[in-house]
Amino acid sequence: MVQAPKADTPAVARATIRYDLQMVAGWVPHGARVLGLGCGEGELLAYLKHYKAVRCTGIEIDEARVATCIEKGLSVLQGDINTEVLDYPDESFDVVILAQTLQQIYAPDQLIHQMLRIGKRCVVSFPNFSHWRVRLQLLMKGRAPVTKQLPYQWYDTPNIRVISLKDFRRFARQVGFRIYKEVAIAMNQDGTYGQNIRLWPDLRASYGLFLIGRAY
Amino acid sequence: MSEYAARHKDDRSVGIVVPRFYTFGEPPQEMRLASGATLGPITLAYETYGRLNDRRNNAILILHAFSGDAHVAGVHQESDEKPGWWEYMVGPGKGIDTERFFVICINILGSCMGSTGPASTNPATDQPYALDFPMVTIGDMVRAQKVLLDHLGIGRLHAVIGGSVGGMQALEWCVRYPQRVKAAVLLATTTRHSALAIAFNEVARQAIMADPNWCQGQYYGQTKPDMGLAVARMIGHVTYLSDAAMRLKFGRRLKDKTDFSFNFDADFQVESYLRYQGAKFVERFDANSLLFITKAADYFDLEREYGEGSLVSAFARAQCRFLVVSFSSDWLYPTYQSRNMVQAMKKNGLDVSFCEVEAQWGHDAFLIPNPRLSNLMRGFLTNGASPQS
Repeated sequence: MVQAPKADTPAVARATIRYDLQMVAGWVPHGARVLGLGCGEGELLAYLKHYKAVRCTGIEIDEARVATCIEKGLSVLQGDINTEVLDYPDESFDVVILAQTLQQIYAPDQLIHQMLRIGKRCVVSFPNFSHWRVRLQLLMKGRAPVTKQLPYQWYDTPNIRVISLKDFRRFARQVGFRIYKEVAIAMNQDGTYGQNIRLWPDLRASYGLFLIGRAY
Repeated sequence: MSEYAARHKDDRSVGIVVPRFYTFGEPPQEMRLASGATLGPITLAYETYGRLNDRRNNAILILHAFSGDAHVAGVHQESDEKPGWWEYMVGPGKGIDTERFFVICINILGSCMGSTGPASTNPATDQPYALDFPMVTIGDMVRAQKVLLDHLGIGRLHAVIGGSVGGMQALEWCVRYPQRVKAAVLLATTTRHSALAIAFNEVARQAIMADPNWCQGQYYGQTKPDMGLAVARMIGHVTYLSDAAMRLKFGRRLKDKTDFSFNFDADFQVESYLRYQGAKFVERFDANSLLFITKAADYFDLEREYGEGSLVSAFARAQCRFLVVSFSSDWLYPTYQSRNMVQAMKKNGLDVSFCEVEAQWGHDAFLIPNPRLSNLMRGFLTNGASPQS
């Protein structure tokens, strides 16, 4: 069973869910209807169900992870998030969450369009590719960056999209959705501690979290 | 189906269970069936495990598959070689925990395992019904089950659980009596048979009807259409397995020989297996019951019955939580059919979980001990609460 995190996470937080997920959880209202895309083993959903009394559903492609979620008593569907979202009627959810998965999506514009259709608000988070370590590696070594947050080689990475915080803001203007909130964070690999980055986030943040909604 | 159940002495079991019977629908209060025919009296054989709590809200109804029976778990007497057909799933501390839940299973109407069926005596003639038995539907089976639950004083079921044709009954429960069902577990099932499934059932029926001993169903008290029934079962077993399952289980291995016999004996292990299954089935099952039940399964069509052709409309009546599980190697009710129902549930805003379990044993996978399935079941039924020790 998950433990209560320290109230209103200070700059450095220790809790049983990852720091970035704590941030996401902070944006989810009590009792909301929540859809978690690529929900993994349901850490965030279990947390939200327990502490925020949300009605949640997850979508996850991996059978073992789906099974783990259902064993926890979560409602989770095994399937491809890109197609599973198509079945839901408009505004089926208060919040749709895509945590650290955007960089793995083949058609991000289509997925975000669907998320905005079925959810009143959406949370999107991803690793920031304009972090100074990433920039430095490319500049100094001339090779595709490999960092703690992005530990893969170019040939085995599931991260097929290279996104920076600036790119996402630009993407919002182009696709036409509204950014309601934005948090840049630095976090260790397993997320046991992290902090919000206010000074030079484009350079210093390892992850970006955005709360978005339809522009109208 | 019970060939998978095995007794493990050290296993936690419900132990000795007593078969029970309930009779209703005595004339003139016969039950009116979907076909318009009436049937009565009706006897249902059933078993229960665990205890109904004071609030009467911990009851789980297990719906058995087409050739199954009410004997889900435990034994009838100590000397029984085999326990009930879902021994691995139902018992103290198991996936369906009898320490926590009151579990009921009822032999379906039209069967031959204690409930009224074509082999039962027709009160009008004092002879077995045979083909005078009215055609019963999955809906009729479920309506009869509800009469028994009313009699037992069970209002709202904590869950209905069924695999295969049992899953059809569970689906029927969810849309026919939405107020009476809190949750449903649908295993390796479908909202309606594909042409492939109907085709196999038709071949099975024709095998029985082509047996000269069938005599238009009037074989009671004389030589039975054993060959036809055995062939029907052999066909069934082909559909319950899978290419992978057969390859692993038999391959092209020969049975107790090193070379071909060059005659029509069972050379291959798979031939011998099917013959054995056929012969064993004949001992316990009635050929006419197979005809009636397979037809009921073929007629089952949730979208036609409740949605005027739309599955989404059909599920508009449902209210319960769902767990849908398909098995990757099931070619009788393939995963796409489970996905179809999940999609319709989603469109209705229903709370649904879905998992395609990777299993090589084909359609029958839900009957084979599988820790993943047990854990899914436990998690879903208890909402993730830890098992009671």
